[in-house]
Amino acid sequence: MDLALLLVFSTPLALAALGELIGQRGGVINIGLEGMMLIGAFLAVFAAKSSGSLAIGFASAGAAGVALGLFSGWFTVKLAADQVVVGTAINFFALGLTGLWYRAAYGSTGKMLNTVTMPKVFGVDPVVILLIAATPAVAFLVYRTNWGLALRAAGGYPIAAEAAGFSVERLRLQALALGGFFAGLAGAYLALGVANSFVEGMTSGRGFLAIALVTFGRWRPLLVGLAALLIGYCQSLKFSLQESAVPVLWLLWACGAFGAVAVIVVISRKLSNQSFLFPLACAALSWLLLNSNLNRIEIPSQLWLALPYLVALIVLVAVGKGTVVPGALGVAYKRER
Amino acid sequence: MIRVWRGVGTGAGLFIILVLTLLALRLPVGDSLRLIWTGAFGDEAGVHRTLVRLIPLTLCGLGIIVAWRGGMYNIGGEGQFIAGGLVGCIVAKALLKMAHPPGWWLTDSAVLLGGIAGGAAWGALAGWLYVRRGVEVVISTILLNFIALQLLLYAVSGPLQEGKGQLPLTDKIPDALMLPRFNRQTDLHVGIFVAAFAVLAVFGWLFFTKSGFCLRVVGENPRVARANRIDAGRTRILAMAISGGLCGLAGGVEYVGVAGQLGNSFSQQWGFLAIPVALLAGLHPLILVLSGLYFAAILAGSKTMAGFTSDGTVLIYVVQAAAVLGLVALHAVRSRHPLATEVD
Repeated sequence: MDLALLLVFSTPLALAALGELIGQRGGVINIGLEGMMLIGAFLAVFAAKSSGSLAIGFASAGAAGVALGLFSGWFTVKLAADQVVVGTAINFFALGLTGLWYRAAYGSTGKMLNTVTMPKVFGVDPVVILLIAATPAVAFLVYRTNWGLALRAAGGYPIAAEAAGFSVERLRLQALALGGFFAGLAGAYLALGVANSFVEGMTSGRGFLAIALVTFGRWRPLLVGLAALLIGYCQSLKFSLQESAVPVLWLLWACGAFGAVAVIVVISRKLSNQSFLFPLACAALSWLLLNSNLNRIEIPSQLWLALPYLVALIVLVAVGKGTVVPGALGVAYKRER
Repeated sequence: MIRVWRGVGTGAGLFIILVLTLLALRLPVGDSLRLIWTGAFGDEAGVHRTLVRLIPLTLCGLGIIVAWRGGMYNIGGEGQFIAGGLVGCIVAKALLKMAHPPGWWLTDSAVLLGGIAGGAAWGALAGWLYVRRGVEVVISTILLNFIALQLLLYAVSGPLQEGKGQLPLTDKIPDALMLPRFNRQTDLHVGIFVAAFAVLAVFGWLFFTKSGFCLRVVGENPRVARANRIDAGRTRILAMAISGGLCGLAGGVEYVGVAGQLGNSFSQQWGFLAIPVALLAGLHPLILVLSGLYFAAILAGSKTMAGFTSDGTVLIYVVQAAAVLGLVALHAVRSRHPLATEVD
C-alpha cells in the first residue's frame, strides 16, 4: 500500500469533514459542503494560475470558503431557513458558477490546466502536514476552549447557550465561516495537489462523503480523521490497481482494513449491537477468498469507482445514528422576540 | 386572489433572475431572451422541444414533492431515474428476445412498470435505511446516486451491452416499439400523457386520500402523527418508495420515449434539476407543471444559443439556485408563510 497516495486521497476528505464537524457541532448541517469545495477548487486553480503562486491559490480558496459559509449562514442562521434547501441551492450555484467561470476563463471544456506543482515537505505535500496538525487542533478547539464549549452547547441545546449569555447566531455563523474555510482549503488541495487541474464537477461527491464521515466518526475530530483514511484508501484503490483484473490480495486488504475499522467501531460501542455481525461477515469473506483457489478474478473497474460510496453507505448502516449526535442538529434556532 | 398575485410575483421574480443571470454573464439580454423564446415556443419544433423536456422534469419533480412532503429529503432522484431506466431496459431486453414480441402498447407498459419497480426499490432502500438505521436520507440518497451511476456504466459495458460489444451502449429498441410520436421530425411522444396522468394522480392522492393526508402529517409534524397513531416509519418508507417509483418512471419514459437505449450519459441530471423545480412550485403538484414549463423552456431555448453552453444545464443551475435562494429569503422575511418543508 502506498502511504503517500493514501494521504493524498484522504486529505481533501478529512479537511472537508473537519469543517463540516465544526458546523455540525454548532447545530448546522452544511449540505452545501460539496459546492463550497467546488468553488474553492476553481478559485484555487484560477488564482494560482494567474498569479503563479500556490499560496495565493490556497488563500483565495479559503477566503471564498469563509464568504460562502457566511452566505449560507445568513440564510440558515439569520433567516432560520431550511438547511437542506439552502445547502442544495448552494451546490447548484457552485455547479453552475464554476461551469460558467471555467468556460469564460479557459474556453472549451476538458482542457488540462497544469498548475504549479507543489513543493514537498518530508516527502509529502505541506497540506498533508497541515491536516495532521489541524486534526488535534480542531479537537482542542472543540473540547478544550470556552468557545468550543459554547459551540457544543449551541448545537446540543441552544437555549442553554443563549441563557449562559452566548449568542447562538454568532456562534453558528463563526462555526460556518470556519467550516467554509476548511471546505475551501479541501477543494483547493483537491485541484492543486491531487488533480493539478480543474474539471467541472470534479468534487464528485467528496463533500457528501465528508458529511457521511462526520457521522461515521461520531462527531469527534480524531475519529473523523481516521474514518477519512478508510474512505481515502477506497478512493486510492482504483489508481493503484490495474484496470479490470485485480489480484484477490487487494480485495483481502480492503476487506481486512474495512473489517478492522468495523471491529473498532463495534468495540467502542461496547459490543452491544447486532452490527457485531458485520466484521464477522468481513472476516468470513476474507477467509473464503483466501481459501478459494482463484488467484485473479475479474472485478469490473466500476466496482472500484463505486467502492468509496458503497463503503461509506455500509459503514453508516453499520454504525447507525448513535446517541452522540448534537441534539439541535439541523434545527434552526429562533430567539424569542 | 392573493394566491394568483403571489404566483404572478413569483413568475416576475423568476424572469428578473433570468435577466440578471444573463447580465452577469455579459450576454446581450434582448437577443438572448429572443433566442430562448423562439427556441422554446417559436414554432412547432420548439414547442415539442420544450414539452419533451417537461416530461422528465414533471415526473421527477412529483417524486421530489412526495418525498419532501413526507419530510424525507430525497435528493437521489438521479439514482432512482437510472435504476428505473436499468430495470426498464432489462424488461425490454427480455421481451424482445421472445419469439413473438408483443406490440408497442404491451412492451412499453411493461417497461414503464419495470421502471417504477426499479426506482421504487432504489428509493425505498434509502427510506428503509433511515427508518431502521437512522441513516440520513440526504446522505444515503446521494451516495446511492453515485452507486447507481457506476451500476449503469457497468451494465452498458457488461451484461446489457449491445450485440456487437463495441460501444458502451445497449441495443436500440426498434422504432415501432417505442412510444409513438406526434410528429416524425420531433421528439415529443405520448409519454406526456403519462406525466399528465401522474400529476393528477399525485395531486388526488396527496390531498384527497387518507394515506396522502397521513404522509403530509408525518412530514409536517411527526409528533402529531405519533399522537394519532400514524405509523411514521411505514409512511416514510412508503413516501420514499412512491418518490423513487415516480423518478424511476421518468427513467423508463425517457428510455422508451426518447433514448431507446442506455448509454453512459443516459441521465441528463433530470433528478437534480427537478429539485428546485419542485421547491419553486411550493411542493404543489399542479403548480409544478408551471415551474417545470419555465425551466423546460429555458433548457429548450438555450439549446439554440450556441457557443454559450453545450446543453444549457450550467446556465440553468445558476438560475435555479438564485431562484430557490430568493424564494427562501422571501419566505423567511415574511415568516408567516414558511416553506412546506419547514417544520417548527
